[in-house]
Amino acid sequence: MGMFKRLPIGLLLLTILSVVLLIAALGTVFLYAPVEATMGLVQKVFYFHVAHAWAGMLSFIVAAITGAVYLKMRDLRWDVASLASVELGMVLMLIAIVSGSIWAHAAWNTWWTWDPRLTTVTIMELLYAAYLMLRQGIAEPERRARFGAIYVIVAVLTVPLTFFSIRFYRTIHPVIIGDSDPSAAGAFDMTPRMLHTFFFSLITFSVIFATLFWYRLRLGLLAKRVSEKRMELED
Amino acid sequence: MKHFFASLTAVTWKDLAVEWRSREMLSAMLIFALLVLFIFNFALELDAVTRANVTAGVLWVTFTFAGTLGLNRSMAMEKDRGCLDGLLLAPVDRVAIYCGKALANLLLMLVVAAIVLPVYSILYNINLFQPGLVLVIVLGSIGYTAVGTLLASMAVQARTRDILLPILLFPVVLPLLVAAVKSSSALLQGYPLGESSGWINLLIVYDLIFIAVSLMVFDYVIEE
Repeated sequence: MGMFKRLPIGLLLLTILSVVLLIAALGTVFLYAPVEATMGLVQKVFYFHVAHAWAGMLSFIVAAITGAVYLKMRDLRWDVASLASVELGMVLMLIAIVSGSIWAHAAWNTWWTWDPRLTTVTIMELLYAAYLMLRQGIAEPERRARFGAIYVIVAVLTVPLTFFSIRFYRTIHPVIIGDSDPSAAGAFDMTPRMLHTFFFSLITFSVIFATLFWYRLRLGLLAKRVSEKRMELED
Repeated sequence: MKHFFASLTAVTWKDLAVEWRSREMLSAMLIFALLVLFIFNFALELDAVTRANVTAGVLWVTFTFAGTLGLNRSMAMEKDRGCLDGLLLAPVDRVAIYCGKALANLLLMLVVAAIVLPVYSILYNINLFQPGLVLVIVLGSIGYTAVGTLLASMAVQARTRDILLPILLFPVVLPLLVAAVKSSSALLQGYPLGESSGWINLLIVYDLIFIAVSLMVFDYVIEE
């Protein structure tokens, strides 16, 4: 257990909470929530699928906010935070896309459709991949942070515009929350137990997001310290 | 305010004068645009039936690709010969430098469009000169050059600058392109301008948002 000794106590507690919540969430998805009448077991993908997409959106918003704070405060730690949440967001969104694809194959009989949500989320992955490429091309930390912050702000503004621009095309993605188009394939009404499970998954993945964010932030700050020490040695 | 516009027009004028003497950007953009058109002709087999559906898409892809050439060059030119430092030393508002560059890029894009459109009209014997289409092209080019000038000024300062601009720019201009292609396509199929008012509104919103953001953050791009 030596690797846990140096962890801050808050992070250690958060890690334990995440594991407990994840096990409990799996329990509610498979034991508490009823099996959906028409789609059957595959509908259970929905709980974690939406939770991943939610946590992914959350991290991209955190990335934009921390980026803007960096531009104001000029403290490189905010840049580390911004990069950390972009990386996390990309992983979470990728999982959301893949899990959605698995569900879509069962419900729509296709792995992929050009639906607004799917397309927007995939464009987001490309946007943030471009962000990482921009950072890679700049060696000087202060300039890299500045340009990264600008791009992450531009990126977050294009997301709703992309979504609305593609929405004018007909969509078959079900809208579970909010007003649903009855013709959307794979739509269903949630029973109270499904609703409980759904919100429990959302909370679980918000906590998991916070935990992973803390780890990634800690790693980034340590890496920053290492590179600063190296600079000192070279001087 | 008067000083601001004076420096803005000075920057634009400088860019256009340089361009007029060398014509390196405009000729590259034009030849590139025509080549793209020819490639599309054979890649898509642009017969009368296909053309009706894809003309708008072909035109916008051509403008977009040619536009990245111009944007990259316009900023690289400043960077290479140390002109950017000279510009920054001048006692003018930095936002005026951005506006001047963006305006010069916009004019260049419109010149390319003004040449590509009649060429396309002659090649395929259709009339592309409709006031509605001109409006869409102007609105689309404004948004494209507003965000393109901002991103190009970051891209040229990176090590990988030759490949970076399209990668940074294309995912950001995607909503603009969707709106521009859709409204152009409706106009070319003979629908009145009111039919695509939703798309036109999206273009205007896009233009306003990205002009505002660029004005707010450009200071941070060139602060050293």
